[in-house]
Amino acid sequence: MVKRKVRNLVDIRDLSIEEIDELIKVANDIINHKEKYSHKCDGKILATLFFEPSTRTRLSFESAMLRLGGKVLGFSEASSSSTAKGETLADTVCVVSGYADIIAMRHPKEGSPMVAIKKASVPIINAGDGGHNHPTQTLTDLLTIKREKNRLNNLTIGLCGDLKFGRTIHSLIAAMSRYDNIKFILISPNELKLPDYIIHEILEKNNVSYVETDNMLEYMNELDILYMTRVQKERFFNEEDYLRLKDYYILDKNKLIKAKKDLCIMHPLPRVNEISTDVDDDKRAKYFEQAYNGVYIRMALILKLLEVE
Amino acid sequence: MNIDTIKDGYVIDHITAGNAIKIYQMLSLDKLDCQVALITNAKSKKTIIKDIIKIGSLIDINLDKIAFINPEATVNIVKNEKIIEKKKLEIPKHLINVCKCNNPRCITSTERNLDQIFNLVDHKNKIYRCYYCESTLEKEQFIF
Repeated sequence: MVKRKVRNLVDIRDLSIEEIDELIKVANDIINHKEKYSHKCDGKILATLFFEPSTRTRLSFESAMLRLGGKVLGFSEASSSSTAKGETLADTVCVVSGYADIIAMRHPKEGSPMVAIKKASVPIINAGDGGHNHPTQTLTDLLTIKREKNRLNNLTIGLCGDLKFGRTIHSLIAAMSRYDNIKFILISPNELKLPDYIIHEILEKNNVSYVETDNMLEYMNELDILYMTRVQKERFFNEEDYLRLKDYYILDKNKLIKAKKDLCIMHPLPRVNEISTDVDDDKRAKYFEQAYNGVYIRMALILKLLEVE
Repeated sequence: MNIDTIKDGYVIDHITAGNAIKIYQMLSLDKLDCQVALITNAKSKKTIIKDIIKIGSLIDINLDKIAFINPEATVNIVKNEKIIEKKKLEIPKHLINVCKCNNPRCITSTERNLDQIFNLVDHKNKIYRCYYCESTLEKEQFIF
């Protein structure tokens, strides 16, 4: 099969800062003028290949395509796909390329999008590959930060929880490290620290300031953004380790006493216990807005990759 | 100690002492039916001691494997008992099917017919990362 050259999104670093700015601009325009975009993808089909269960990401992709006037097909777990019969990922993607104009794929194995882009003849969007990357969550995060702070530079960002397997964290660090005067406060237990390669090859290489701590409150008064993450059960081979670490950090109202008045609290959701529900009413809690923003930035991304004006 | 000269084959010279056995294993030289000599702790003007491997046949050799283990080694090609070419090695930019990714979450652990690819990301410190999952390659990961 002859493969035509298409644009994919595997890693947030596939997009330049200018392209991210443009996507944010389009997403904001969509939020303000929804009708203008409601037929932009008439006749186009998005395939959602979810080899791993997901609610938010899959539904937000589907909502994004439906809101653009397109249609959606796909599956939501590996057991309902040919994978259960032993088909390789490469073959599945090759076949689905003939059924859809663009593919959003989530797979539990890290690096799976690299296999997909070799075989697909339509754009591939990485909707999460194991604990590796999750670039559309990062685009959602960037849109949220921009809307809440009106800037993407000069920020002190606290990242709290599972920094080892948290793919949203890895992608967010890669993205934010390209902006000026960013400082990261990396808050995690020793077992879930940020992998060395991200520290050496992203933070140190780009001269980005960072501090590692296991104390959630130590830098609370300095933070512009507090990004909480869930300790993900599915990333552990050992149940005991998961049980020991899952409630290591719980953000509640008391812990926010010293925080800035304009702190922006974010979470990729779903949460379990890491943010107490009493924080939901705090005006600094922005995680539900963050989830809503996900649809609009994905709409902007679909338009870009399908080259729709 | 006398080791016969070879008519056609290779002399892998200037191997850091102790590395010859690793190269022997990685190139699967035990599976050859020609003569193979593995000389350890030979005298060296530059490094005091070195290892040498002599292979009595012009088999296909994956130079990347040798370069990955010991980029300082040289590979001499011998024809009719004369060295016709001396190959200097360089640290390979890519390793294809030389090592296996040992991240159990990597797509290479389940997907069939996939080349194992590592890219050199830090020349100075000789750090390779898996093309797929970006895990760091550890030295113990030779499998091919």
